[in-house]
Amino acid sequence: MNAPANIQAFDAAAARADFPILSRTVYGKPLVYLDSGASAQKPRVVLDAMRDFAESEYANVHRGVHFLSAAATDRYEAARRTVQKFLNAAREDEIIFTKGGTEAINLVSYSWLAPRIQPGDEIVLTVMEHHSNIVPWHFLRERMGAVLRWVDVRDDGSLDIEALDAAITGRTKLVALTHMSNVLGTVTPLAEIVARAHARGVPVLADGCQGAVHQAVDVQALDIDFYAITGHKLYGPTGIGALYAKRAHLKAMRPFNGGGEMIREVAQDRITYADPPARFEAGTPPIIESVGLAVALDYMMGLDRAAVLAHEHDLLAYARRQVGRFNWLKVIGDAPGKGAILSFEAEGMHAHDLATILDREGVAVRAGHHCAQPLMERFGVTSTTRASFALYNTRADVDALIAGLEKARGIFAHG
Amino acid sequence: MDDALKELYQEIILDHSRHPRRYGALDHASHKAEGYNPLCGDRVTVYLKLDDEGRVADIGFEGKGCAISQASASIMAEMLKGRSREDAERLMEGFLRLVKGETAEGLSEDDREILDVMAGISEFPMRVKCATLAWHTYRNAAEEGSIAVEGAA
Repeated sequence: MNAPANIQAFDAAAARADFPILSRTVYGKPLVYLDSGASAQKPRVVLDAMRDFAESEYANVHRGVHFLSAAATDRYEAARRTVQKFLNAAREDEIIFTKGGTEAINLVSYSWLAPRIQPGDEIVLTVMEHHSNIVPWHFLRERMGAVLRWVDVRDDGSLDIEALDAAITGRTKLVALTHMSNVLGTVTPLAEIVARAHARGVPVLADGCQGAVHQAVDVQALDIDFYAITGHKLYGPTGIGALYAKRAHLKAMRPFNGGGEMIREVAQDRITYADPPARFEAGTPPIIESVGLAVALDYMMGLDRAAVLAHEHDLLAYARRQVGRFNWLKVIGDAPGKGAILSFEAEGMHAHDLATILDREGVAVRAGHHCAQPLMERFGVTSTTRASFALYNTRADVDALIAGLEKARGIFAHG
Repeated sequence: MDDALKELYQEIILDHSRHPRRYGALDHASHKAEGYNPLCGDRVTVYLKLDDEGRVADIGFEGKGCAISQASASIMAEMLKGRSREDAERLMEGFLRLVKGETAEGLSEDDREILDVMAGISEFPMRVKCATLAWHTYRNAAEEGSIAVEGAA
């Protein structure tokens, strides 16, 4: 987790100035935002770009012949190319805009996998998936007789790639797993997993909602089949995400939503569909959001991402050392090379009580099951408290968290 | 500590959460219901023995969750034992008003004093559901939780 010496230190204090909300207070205390894993704050350039666009270039896309419609279409398609660049996809038409990561995964489930499932066919998942990468596959289990094969994690939260390999059988139709766990912070070795799955003829979907935030993603180098992202965790707006899928898969996929934009021709008794990506973007898309997302991704790509990652790892290591002093606190997830997420359980203190006390100190954390109930069950807990770090966090934020934890312990420990 | 927190996590609430009163299943419960808050995972099961007049002859609960949910269940169980259904409804209505920061009418001074312990939750709107879970579960048990007795028609 140590930064290589040739990486310039990332100036998080300077980056903070880009995020207007970070200067506010809550309950009279400076905001300490440690919930970016749930949703990241937005830099001013994103907010400004969305407003400027809405004020000067907005109209519906792909429809009108008028000036504004052409301008808006240009921006929307430019945003697609920005996502393409961000993920290093080979072609822009391999990027489908969705309303978020959840819809991206559901799209694969409905449009690609469902027509290929026979009763008894298998889908391999890990126990650390977010519900958005579980429930769409449960649908196929319930409705079509698919079998879910769960791959466990080790006690430190790391993924046992041999166990994953062993879970793949002749009936496996898809491996669907997270690129980075939203609870444990575990980063999965996607390239190796893809190579092993492909060797058995099995495609791989990665839920990149956390992973793409913290490391540069190259879908071509990974050779991955499907990769889902969501805008609001990438310092962009809510209401937009994207699915990367290999062109060959997209061409073989039936539509999911039906409506405007996604057709070639509609008659009373027949219909033909548009080519990807339009085939999968029925209805008016999140146009203003696409502009915001593109600016957010440009903002990220404009930073030294290796330096940002090193900075986040430093925050995590610093926080981990501090909480290591508390014998009443148990960290869940210590996988080597994990991302900047710290989940823990405090003895004699429920996560919601802890989060309430932290909140009054201005410290925003997440408490609960984090939409990962199979993982909670795996670790024998009903909920955890989670601090998640972003590029704009500093060691001072960690200090505030630690002070808040000590205070909460003070309230609950006596008696 | 700020006053709102001090009131929320006052000693009596922490004490109820650590040493819940009337904790455990009732052997001869006539009514039972389970309450679950999927957002935070709080769970509570309320057991009742209603007598022929509908009075809460006995009450017990089991549960798992935050201090607020468990303390609220404990305080409720202590209060409801021996009450008529109407009385219990009045207490519940009063409680639901107090936790929303409204004034509760028609409560005896003693009852109000006990329920007031939980009134601090009104400063924490995200947590009100923790406090009300046990009461809603009680109501479900009383209204719909009749347990079929073996041998009865």
